This record gives sequence, C-alpha cells and structure tokens, in this order.
Amino acid sequence: MENVLEVDHVVKRFPGVVALDRVSFSLQPGEVHALVGENGAGKSTLIKVMTGVYKADAGEVRYAGKPVAFDSPSAAQQAGISTIYQEVNLVPLMSVARNLYLNREPRRFGLIDSRRMRQQARGVLRQFGVDVNVSRPLRSLGLGAQQMVAIARAVQIDARVVIMDEPTSSLEKREVETLFRVIKQLREAGIAIVYVSHRLDELYKICDRVTVMRDGVVVGGGLDMRGLDRLRLVSMMLGRDVVDVKRHGVTAFDADHEIEGEPVLRVRGLTRRHQLHNISLDIRPGEVVGLGGLLGSGRSETARAIVGALGLDSGTVEVDGAVVRRRSTAASIKAGAVMLPEDRKAEGIIPNLSVRENIVLAALPRLSKFGLVSRAKQDEIVDFFIKRLRIKASSPDQHVGELSGGNQQKVLLARWMCLHPKVLLLDEPTRGIDVGAKAEVQGHIDDLAREGLGVLLISSELDELVEGSDRVLVLKDGHVIGHLAGDDVSEENLMEVLAAGPGAGDDIDD
Amino acid sequence: MTDLSLERRITFDRDRVLSWLQSYGVYAAIVVLVAIDTALSPRFFTLQNARVQLFQAVPVLLVALGMALVIGTEGIDLSVGAVIALAAALIPIMIGHGLVLTIVVVLIAGGVSGTIGGSMVAFARVQPIVATLALMIGLRGFAVIINGASAKPVNNQFIDDLGVKNWFGVPEMAFLAALVVAIVAFVVRRSTFGRQLMAIGDNRAASELSGTPVRRVLVLVYVICGILSAIAGILIVGHGAEADPSGAGLLYELSAITAVVVGGTPLSGGKVKVVGTVAGAIFMQLVQATLIQHNVKNSWSQIIEAIIICFAVYAARGRSGR
Repeated sequence: MENVLEVDHVVKRFPGVVALDRVSFSLQPGEVHALVGENGAGKSTLIKVMTGVYKADAGEVRYAGKPVAFDSPSAAQQAGISTIYQEVNLVPLMSVARNLYLNREPRRFGLIDSRRMRQQARGVLRQFGVDVNVSRPLRSLGLGAQQMVAIARAVQIDARVVIMDEPTSSLEKREVETLFRVIKQLREAGIAIVYVSHRLDELYKICDRVTVMRDGVVVGGGLDMRGLDRLRLVSMMLGRDVVDVKRHGVTAFDADHEIEGEPVLRVRGLTRRHQLHNISLDIRPGEVVGLGGLLGSGRSETARAIVGALGLDSGTVEVDGAVVRRRSTAASIKAGAVMLPEDRKAEGIIPNLSVRENIVLAALPRLSKFGLVSRAKQDEIVDFFIKRLRIKASSPDQHVGELSGGNQQKVLLARWMCLHPKVLLLDEPTRGIDVGAKAEVQGHIDDLAREGLGVLLISSELDELVEGSDRVLVLKDGHVIGHLAGDDVSEENLMEVLAAGPGAGDDIDD
Repeated sequence: MTDLSLERRITFDRDRVLSWLQSYGVYAAIVVLVAIDTALSPRFFTLQNARVQLFQAVPVLLVALGMALVIGTEGIDLSVGAVIALAAALIPIMIGHGLVLTIVVVLIAGGVSGTIGGSMVAFARVQPIVATLALMIGLRGFAVIINGASAKPVNNQFIDDLGVKNWFGVPEMAFLAALVVAIVAFVVRRSTFGRQLMAIGDNRAASELSGTPVRRVLVLVYVICGILSAIAGILIVGHGAEADPSGAGLLYELSAITAVVVGGTPLSGGKVKVVGTVAGAIFMQLVQATLIQHNVKNSWSQIIEAIIICFAVYAARGRSGR
C-alpha cells in the first residue's frame, strides 16, 4: 500500500547535538504505528519535523507522495496531520462545542450558528463515547473526556494522519478502553496513527508496527508488532543486545561497597493516587540502591516523595532512625536526605547566580550568622569542592548557566555534599553530560558510598544502574515489581523483569 | 555559510549593545540629559534646583527600592501607592498621641499590608499582580474610610521638617534615602536573605528543592516593600504639610516600577540593581523636570515617558526574552 507519510533520511542538528541522524520512517493508511524510545531518543524531534515545528537540515518529508516542508503546525494540520499532545491544548474556559469547532464554526449570516454547532458537536462526541453537555466549559470535563474532545477535533479536520503523544498518561483505565475503541474506528476509516507510548502492554494491544529510536537514530524501523518479542523490544529501547549484556567495566563504578549497620533510610508504604502504590525500601550506610524501570514507572516520583517534594496520601520516611514528620524539602534536608533532581535546568541550577552562590545555596542557613554569610567560610567550602570535584569554571564568580552540563551537575553535587548528608538520592545523575564528566560523576558516587552515605540511584542507562548499584528495585506503574540483589543484579535479569508480561503490577491493589 | 555567520555576528552585537544599555544606559542617559539641560538653561545646574528635584525623587526612590526587591523575586507590588494613602490617613489621627507612636503605627501599617500581600503570594500562590491589585483597591478605600476623602493639615514640626528642611544645604530626606540605599544594597549583596531572594526569582523550583525558605523570604520581601512605602508616605505628608488619603500616592506604583525597569532590573526576576534603581528614579524625575521647565504640555511628557519605558523594557527583553 502507498505510504501516506514518509520521512526519508532526515537529519536535524541542534547546537552541539545531532538530534536526528538520517532517520527514516514510513506510515501507511489504516495502521497504528508505535514510536518508542527512551528520553532523548529523538521521538519528539521527529514528530516536530513531521508537523512543521522544525525544519529538517537534510533529507525529505513526503506526504501523500509529494515532498513537503510545513511552515508551521497549523499548516500541517490544514494538510491533514493532526497532533494530540500529552497536555490537552484546547481552550479550557470555552464550551466543549466551541472547542470542537474552534476556527471553523458553522455560520449563518456571518455569525456563529450556535444551535447547529451544539447539535453537531453532540453527534460527533457520541461517536467517541463521550456523552456530555456540550455547552459546559471544557475544563469541567474529566481529563479523559477532554482528551477525547481533542481527538474528535483532530479527526474532524479531515485528518489523514493523527499523531498521539502519550495519550494515555493522564487517563483512567476505563477511558483508555474508550480511547482504544476510537483508535480502532479510526484505523478502519483508513486514518494512519502514530502512537507514542512507553507502556509495553498498550503497544502490544493496539499497535500494528513499531519503530524504535535511540540516540537520534532508528534502531528498528517499522517492525511487525506481532512477531516481536518483548525482551527484544526492551533491549532495543535501552540499547543493550540480549546476548551482549555481559560486557564489564563500561562505567567508572568500582566493585561492591562495604555495607553495614542499620538502614540510614527506611521508607514504608509510599502511596500517591495514580502514581505510587505502597512503595517500601531500605538503604543502609554505604549502600547504593538502584531504582529501575521504564519511563513513567514512578522512579522520579518515588525520589521526590522521599524528600518531601511530592505530596503523599500515606507512607512514612525515616532518616537515620528518626521519622521525618514535616513533609517539606527543608525538613528532609535537615534530617539528612537530599535529592539531585532529574531536570537539572528546571529544578537544579540557579542559572544567573555564580558558581559560588549555587554551591552554598542549600548551606546558607547553616553558614549564616545574624543573616550574614562569612565570605571566608564560603570561599573555603567553594574552593574545596571545586578542587575535589574538579569543576571547570573560569572563576567561582562565573554564572552557572554558562557551564557545561557536566560541570553544572558537579556544582549541584557540591551543593549537597557540603551539607554532609546521610542519604543522597540521585535522579539521572549523568544524563546529558559528556563521557569524561560522566565517568567522574560515577566515581564521585562511588566515593560517597564508600564514605558511608546511603545512595539511591535512578538511571535509564542499564550499565550505570547495574554496575553502580548493590541492589536494584524495579518499578512499573508505581508498583515495586522486582528486586535484584547480589549476583542477580545483571542487565539480563533487569530486562527480563522490565519485559514481564501484562498484569505484573496490576494485582497488588486497585 | 557566510550569510549565516554574518547574521549571527550582527545579532550578537545587537545583544551586546542592548545588554550594555540595560545595565548602564540609565547612567549615560542622566549624563546626556544634564548636559542638555545645562546648555539650554544656566539656572539648571544649581544647588537650588538639585534640592527641588530631590524632594520629588526621594519618595519615589524609597518605594522603588522596595519594588526592586519584589521584582527581584519575579513579583510586583501594586499596593505601594495605597500604602502611602494609608500613611496619610493615619498620621492626622495618630499625631495627637505623640510623634514616635505615630511613626511606629504608620510603619506597622505598611508592614501589615506587606504581610497580607506577601502571604497571598507565598501561601495561597495568588499571582503577585492580582494579590497586590486587590490590596491596592482595598487599602485606599480603607484609608478614606478611616480619615475621609479630603486633605487634613499636618502641623508636626518633625514631619514637616523632614519634608522641606535641609541639612548642610541638602534635604533631610536625602540623608534618609542615602541610608536606606546603603542598607538595601548591603542586604542584596551580602546577606543570606539577598541570596535567597535572587535564587527564588531566578528559579523558584530549584530554590524550593534546595530547602530555601521560599515562603518566608517572599513574605518578608513584601513586608519590606510595605514599610518603605509607609516611610515614603510620611515624607510626602511632610512635604505638603497636609494628608490626603484619597490623593496621596496616586500612581506611585507606576513611577516606582518605571524607575526599577529603567534602572536595569529585569522584570523576570533573579537580579536586583540597587544603584541602577536610584539612577532610574533620578532620571525619571529629571525627565519630568526638564519637560516642565520647557513648558511641554503634560500630555506630551506622558508620551515621552511611555517611550522611555518601552525602550527600557525592549532593552531588557532583547537580551533575556529569547
């Protein structure tokens, strides 16, 4: 069958990185094509090239057989390529009907024919299993229903291609089923669907073919979903060959640590609606506990919940034998548990302050006397850590925003180390930093554990997780579904747990 | 390729020029304006004239310093003019009970107003512009309720002197302003509080995760702004020797924001230019004085002020807004 959309050897560069490296992708009418890959694989860049947000630096995008280069997302939409983003991007305060017909309202005498619009909207939405009062503002609907309105809108504009970016991330189980029914209807109507998701179960349920991306290249293009083994899919996503997992010394991590004594962190029954389900874990001094799982499995949420940055419905956190009662990051820091956040730019660095000020930020309350900080004391700490972590900055006065990713990460590490914490939670500590700095950061993590800290390590990179951790807990949909310790900590075993069939985490509660 | 690199160099230069203008443009503008004024009128460059300008500029400056701190946290405080009105309403009522008590009560009133605004911003996470807009409307109403909508004479020696008298040929209030500028500059540059304030303005999420007492700092910033506005209120009442709750401090919030922006403090937070704010307040006063001296109609001077504001904001955006 003729492809409706074709991406042919497209290259897209950003300063310093090649986001797409000769990527090809083809989409047939009436198929549901999964697009998968971990963070930074290039999925969203590819979508943006297809929908006119970015222009390709090289290569070609063909739509219905003709080369195209859309100027804007709305040009792509007019041509028949609709995109539904994770966050619904409609107008929440307008009525459901208005949203459905925004910019193409039925008219009478040049005015909007509201009655006809409402009537049509009711009919259209009923096909999508949404039975609501279309005069109500959109935001009064549940997220699932809103998503459905967005999809209905996309399809109404005579779409031939619908791109869905993690459409189920905010949906309830029942809503997911409705969505799947709609997707099947669309498929029967000959509409092509690009389906981006990390949930393996969903992919196997709804998708016909899959394209796997990693680090800006296609590692598996248009594979038939039915003939594809789960383990193989996971290994492609994570970049580890099933047979080739026994490589050693890939990372800078040393062998095992000396672990002794009572747990320095004791977490019991962390629960947060839809996100975390009864998560418990212990970390002893000198131990590195890895937290494994695919994207969206609740790893970051677990770390954030432990340090009080994410509200909980229930659960307790104990640091060094004492329960942390007040749920705030300040209380957690005081107790001795600190977290290096996943998104360095958004939640870590203070870009326009200097290296010095960034390092001492968290220690300010401790260093201050009568609201003033002694410059000498500050400089002593800053110099020590710049040397110890080998932070490359022109001077302590340089703005942190100007440093490389690796050095920014070292600054953040220094911010926590100067507090002498008992527990260090690291969320993707080496993401987006170059190879040299990565090895250095991994070495520092090792050193810290050897000094007796308890470390929680979150990493999407299997080698880092396996070689850096003494034990690994595996999460899925906010449940702990596996626990590897001792010699069982291997990439092979980890992938096997990750690829475990549907229902692995479902029967614990809900 | 050559095209591309050429284009990049041009935009790069433009960014540098704008960045320089944002940081130092206001000083250059003051020099230019003083030079023009001196050339046009020999009477301009006199101590007498400098005093006249200072009496106008100092109250705006005090308010602008508080505003600069608030803007440093990525906020804004529209209630400053209403706090001045509240001070004007309280002074005639309290003055019979003694000078010290009057001043204490007025400062406390400013602090309470800041606590209300700051709490709405910090705890209820209301947007600063909305929280302080509500306060601006409510406080002025309250000021008129407690002391009527007409001007009352104020005959306290100290307060009136503060508004018009000089020490060594310089207005008393200018000494007060110099002291406040020194304190604010010290707080911004040296204190823990100053660091935390700018960290919050630059990246609130990161500050929170670092255990910075974000809410406490935010409330305190608004309290300081309220107290500085209350002091400005006392000076304004002293200068006119009368207190008018319905008219005092009208549009001061806009003058203060203008001074801060023209002085090079970005509205996006994370940076506070104390000396720049001083220069901004003086520059805007000089612009007004120049236009009045040359009999430019008020409507035209408003347009000129608007152009200056637009340019200052453009210079700020050109660099950081992309």
